[in-house]
Amino acid sequence: VTKGKLTLLCDANTDGSFLVHHFLSFYLKANCKVCFVALIQSFSHYNIVGQKLGVSLTVARECGQLVFLEGLKSSVDVFFRAQAEPHPLQFLREANAENLQPLYEFVREALKPVDDGEAAWRCPVLLVDDLSVLLSLGMGAVAVLDFIHYCRATVCWERKGNIVALVHDSGDTEDEENNILLNGLSHQSHLILRAEGLATGFCRDVHGQLRILWRTPSQPTTQRDQSLTYQYKIQDKSVSFFAKGMSPAVL
Amino acid sequence: MAAVATCGTGAGSTGSVVAAGSKNHVTSFQRRGPRASGSDSSYSRLVSIAGTRPSVRNGQLLVSTGLPALDQLLGGGLAVGTVLLIEEDKYNIYSSLLFKYFLAEGIINGHTLLVASAKEDPADILQELPAPLLDDNFKKDFDEEACNHKTAESNIKMKIAWRYQLLPKMEAGPVSSSRFGHYYDASKKMPQELIEASKWHGFFFPEKSSSTLNIEPCSLTHGYIKLLQFIQNIIYEEGFDGSNPQKKQKNILRIGIQNLGSPLWGDDICCTENGNSHSLTKFLYVLRGLLRTSLSACMITMPTHLIQNKAIISRVTNLSDTVVGLESFIGSERETNPLYKDYHGLIHIRQIPRLNNLIYDVSDVKDLAFKLKRKLFTIEKTDLGYSGI
Repeated sequence: VTKGKLTLLCDANTDGSFLVHHFLSFYLKANCKVCFVALIQSFSHYNIVGQKLGVSLTVARECGQLVFLEGLKSSVDVFFRAQAEPHPLQFLREANAENLQPLYEFVREALKPVDDGEAAWRCPVLLVDDLSVLLSLGMGAVAVLDFIHYCRATVCWERKGNIVALVHDSGDTEDEENNILLNGLSHQSHLILRAEGLATGFCRDVHGQLRILWRTPSQPTTQRDQSLTYQYKIQDKSVSFFAKGMSPAVL
Repeated sequence: MAAVATCGTGAGSTGSVVAAGSKNHVTSFQRRGPRASGSDSSYSRLVSIAGTRPSVRNGQLLVSTGLPALDQLLGGGLAVGTVLLIEEDKYNIYSSLLFKYFLAEGIINGHTLLVASAKEDPADILQELPAPLLDDNFKKDFDEEACNHKTAESNIKMKIAWRYQLLPKMEAGPVSSSRFGHYYDASKKMPQELIEASKWHGFFFPEKSSSTLNIEPCSLTHGYIKLLQFIQNIIYEEGFDGSNPQKKQKNILRIGIQNLGSPLWGDDICCTENGNSHSLTKFLYVLRGLLRTSLSACMITMPTHLIQNKAIISRVTNLSDTVVGLESFIGSERETNPLYKDYHGLIHIRQIPRLNNLIYDVSDVKDLAFKLKRKLFTIEKTDLGYSGI
């Protein structure tokens, strides 16, 4: 498990959520402490898929390895009832929320190192599914970038942990805020995993293409970034990858 | 063929559904229920809710959209706890028909309805619902048609005959049917006694707009806030969210929202490109939260062809679970295209959710057209993919 990295997950014309499920189960199995800001699906959805991939989110949550912010459920609480204390999603109630500070505080609190001698987890990990939703909820791209910047300072630099976040690539739908967010994060990321639908359209045996790009954001780009492309097919309990054109269906 | 298979299991009594359900119950009972926050004991009751069945793919609880052909395209039906977004056709003719099928299916199954509109009074909408097709009525019409259309091609006859075989033996009274998915006669109205026997709540925006808000103004428009509060209130009061152990809800709440996003709701995204870009998406997010935590299913029709800012459409799609677009041929150049002469429009399945799963049921068929002929709305595969349009 490498440390101090920001991984950007991105999907264009396809559903990249399989990457989120993969990283969640990967880090839980690697014994890391995970803070999962799950904005777009319910806990039981991730739990059921997680079980197929070999992890139990319920157990992880109970023993403190996983801190799960269930965005959908919390949003109902926040929206209909005024909260006594600051809530990570309180921007839902506000007309012009300036920033995502309460959400950052939540993450910082969730991943703070415990020093009472109990079994130490490996590095802390922040996982976000997904950041584009925050734009739909009224936050500006700059506010979201600031949020990631603060999280990065705390999680990646201070605590040598990792961040993995999913952003949708809206393609040609002129979503400027989303493009700003995507470009801004791309420049900061160490690793970009981009799931794309095939240019030729839907295919039953090849669900899409995954581009992997390794970057070194802190160094000037005199060295060429390494990249690899695979095609993939998603199955019930796993995803199989193969080189372009080498799908078992074709061979 | 998948359609026959699903109709086959549906044609059996609820007993067979329960049997299949209890088999799943032992191995992966979490999948049985929707994401209701109720306790596990509520799951065993979910199997016997009228008008629902578990998905063959992942045990997800499904309801029928009111159009069996559409159910099949969506992998068996609409999952409880999710939103089905219908992108309206240009004059809102066919989308409004699908909306009515959805509500009619709710009445036949005894589900509770929540009808929201800014244009029509929900009571009027209910009066306009199509009548369910009953065995003996259909047989009579079929015989009449057979006489009138003596030169009908044999395919059409077989298609009609095929459907006839699968029609249920339905009681004419206000009793919920044991079948999943029914056919409706668009030329006849739903019998008054069935409407009166049903439980429904109406939200007609012009009536509600004057009352005061008890929530801080956030960036949602007035209409959306009121609607969310109304929906949340019904869910809570009638126990659809499982929060009140006294009210053990054994029913589904069908929520139908018409023309969401149109100026009649007070939203300006259809009028200007720089309109309130967050109101609708915020509404959809909170709605999604309400649905995921209750025994409900929602159909929304939206005039996406009017929305000026395309970014909003892609955000709306991401916040909806299933998205189906209707494109009617009326007034377009395709109307006179000989390839399309038998059809009234195209139906685009834009998005199908992956719920509790890495994979989903994707139909191989991508070019689908619909027609409303002889009172039935049918969806067929076309070979028009390479017509260059």
